[in-house]
Amino acid sequence: MPSSISTWGSSVVETVWSFLSGLPWDVIAIQTINGIVTGMILALVASGLTLIFGIMDVVNFAHGELFMLGAYIGVVVLAASGNFWVALVVAVLTVALIGAALQIATLRPLVGRDPLTTILATFGISLVLQNYALWHFGPVARKIQEPFTGQFALFYLQYPWYRLLIALLSAIIIGGLWAFLKYGTYGIWIRATTQDRVMAQAMGIPVPWVHTMVFAIGAGMAAASGVLFGPLVGVSHTMGLDWVLKAFIVVVVGGMGNLGGSIAAAIFISLLEAYASIFVSPAQAVIVSFVALILTLLFRPTGLFVPTPK
Amino acid sequence: MSPPLTPLDPLIVLEDVHAFYGKSHVLHGVSLTVGPGEVVGLLGRNGVGKSTTLKAIMGLVPASRGRVLFGGRPITGLPAHRVARLGIAYVPEDRRIFRLLTVMENLRTGLDRQGVDEAKRKRLIDKVLEYFPVLGERRNQAGGTLSGGEQQMLAIARAMMLEPKIVLLDEPTEGLMPRMVSQIGTIIEVLHREGVAILLVEQNVPLTLASSRRVYFMEKGTVRHHAAAADLEVGDAVIHQYLGV
Amino acid sequence: MTAAGLVDDPSSAGTGRGGTSAAPLLSTAALTVRFGGLAALNGVDFEVRRGEIRAVIGPNGAGKSTFFNCLTGVIRPTAGRIVFNGEDITGLPPNRISQKGIARSYQITNILPNATTLENVRIAAQSRRHAWSMLRHHADFRDLMDRSEAVLASVGLVDKAHELAANLSHGEQRNLEIGIALATEPTLLCLDEPTAGMSAAETHDTMELVRRIAEDLTILIVEHDMHVVMELAHRITVLHYGEMLAEGTPAEIQENPRVQEVYLKT
Repeated sequence: MPSSISTWGSSVVETVWSFLSGLPWDVIAIQTINGIVTGMILALVASGLTLIFGIMDVVNFAHGELFMLGAYIGVVVLAASGNFWVALVVAVLTVALIGAALQIATLRPLVGRDPLTTILATFGISLVLQNYALWHFGPVARKIQEPFTGQFALFYLQYPWYRLLIALLSAIIIGGLWAFLKYGTYGIWIRATTQDRVMAQAMGIPVPWVHTMVFAIGAGMAAASGVLFGPLVGVSHTMGLDWVLKAFIVVVVGGMGNLGGSIAAAIFISLLEAYASIFVSPAQAVIVSFVALILTLLFRPTGLFVPTPK
Repeated sequence: MSPPLTPLDPLIVLEDVHAFYGKSHVLHGVSLTVGPGEVVGLLGRNGVGKSTTLKAIMGLVPASRGRVLFGGRPITGLPAHRVARLGIAYVPEDRRIFRLLTVMENLRTGLDRQGVDEAKRKRLIDKVLEYFPVLGERRNQAGGTLSGGEQQMLAIARAMMLEPKIVLLDEPTEGLMPRMVSQIGTIIEVLHREGVAILLVEQNVPLTLASSRRVYFMEKGTVRHHAAAADLEVGDAVIHQYLGV
Repeated sequence: MTAAGLVDDPSSAGTGRGGTSAAPLLSTAALTVRFGGLAALNGVDFEVRRGEIRAVIGPNGAGKSTFFNCLTGVIRPTAGRIVFNGEDITGLPPNRISQKGIARSYQITNILPNATTLENVRIAAQSRRHAWSMLRHHADFRDLMDRSEAVLASVGLVDKAHELAANLSHGEQRNLEIGIALATEPTLLCLDEPTAGMSAAETHDTMELVRRIAEDLTILIVEHDMHVVMELAHRITVLHYGEMLAEGTPAEIQENPRVQEVYLKT
């Protein structure tokens, strides 16, 4: 008896082993890293989006354009100053201010109205920003030079250090946001307003300004993503479109308003796509994101990374 | 029966305040006053508009007609966060503490304002923890994990962080166990000693009569009767008329 | 029907005031609703006779809404039974309950704002007659129109028949709400705080309305306005923390010391 089990057992082990050793581990490792890198950028974009939704129930269709605007400002400032980091900082601050101005001018007057009106408003803003960029910068894609070139050997590839830097910086920025929300004065305002807008007001928290602040933070984060990711793709007036769609998928899969969830979802979805690209073309690999979205909506509509509501 | 002494220099005045929830005309002209440091009761059955009156003072519900005056200044139409900073604190009916914030963070929501430096913060927090030691024990626990009575204490402590001149208390004994009711009475007394005025909305008659100086009775969206608490007893006909069956 | 016949004749068809038929129209046995550990209703035994106007009152959290929700199929009871017209209707969904003859008006108005008053009532009436007839024009159904107009008359909205429902005053909208419930030809009408948010004048009008329609109906009414309750109800049921505290005529309830205690929290 024992010997038949052990022979059966060892043949299972052999099959599994031969399958595993047949897998292209180097490709898998590379794709894992790629997935994490893309995932971190996506997390940066998505966390701004989910923050905005969580606190003021606004679905910001202009988020991709704020990303794009950040990238373009990065291009301009980089050309003027020659310094990538200066470009990054200036882009973030400028877009944050633009975001605040947009929120005050177009979204504040719409508070309390049908949510469809805010969706239309942000969609309108996205069209305006896209066409402005097209008009001002022209249809030819621009390039942002990464702050340093330099690669290291990763299996059979020469892998750029810059890509790792992006992941690291995104993690730092998101970590900073988390710390700000947890410990900062305004962080408490934001969290209180997200939980109970009415009581926050009754405690003297100026809720309209908190909304503006959150929108500005979200916009700034989108801009940072734009500048950081700029060197990897081209900077064009339509670059926001791909990203906003992915970001929305991430926000839904991660749970709307759930910051930790959207970060987890961003990495999860990016990894899925990265692994899928091993077998199919990247254009087709995008399908897995949509499959994830549909499955989430069917079975866990509040978000995959959200504890089941009681 | 001596006539109730309405304060000469009132802290809060409502003049014929009307309010709607959508099309529902909930306040049909409410007029009342609260003097500085005074405890005033607002009694009435469910649905007569007591909570809405507090919300109208706080600016959480707009007054379609009439005025609200605070220290002589009209505050009708001001957004709630401005009203809070002027010195009016609100403790709503379902407590509404921030469930995902810790006890300390709940208190901090009232402390992050102008004129409160580190020393003052410490003083205010220490004072309130003296009154509510159980909050100190649970300082880093999320608000949602506290019991009903503890949440009520937190809601009141949070309001005190605003250093208010008046606290609007909406049915503080609602849903609490009987022995907690007497604790609420003590808390009201403490606030009174601190010189804070209280507008106490309640359905608990004995507590209200014991704590208040004057009592208003509401029915169908208006104030129908007004008397000194000292002149009222639980068994009185007027109590039955406005609260009983 | 003479006055004597209204009150004392046990063999009358059951439409007299105070109820005269032998079996209750609606009864509940040990009706219980638990939400997690909390019993919103705890073993409520309730009976209402045909033709009665019964008010259900109680302080905050007494379980009045939960009770109504059970009767109208919005909530499934955790335990216990509901028997209507001799039939067990426990756990039936709201549409089936409506077909059995229980109608309800809601606190938050459910009227169709962009339809006229008459259309609102007609649409409700259609659920009872000609519901599946799709090829003929609605105006062809004379009985339907007659019924709708009769309902409008009983809720006092005849002269607003062609007014958009959104343009009615709050009191008129609440009365339309009652009209919509009436149009479904119920045997039992459940009114949920019908005078909430009304002025004294509107409240008076609604009370008159309820008296008028009570002629051939049995009515259950949840109310906070004690004046309305005392004036309208034949009998009153008092709930407290999900249990039946007392039941009786208005006079009996007013003199019940337990009820006073509960309301005044003494």
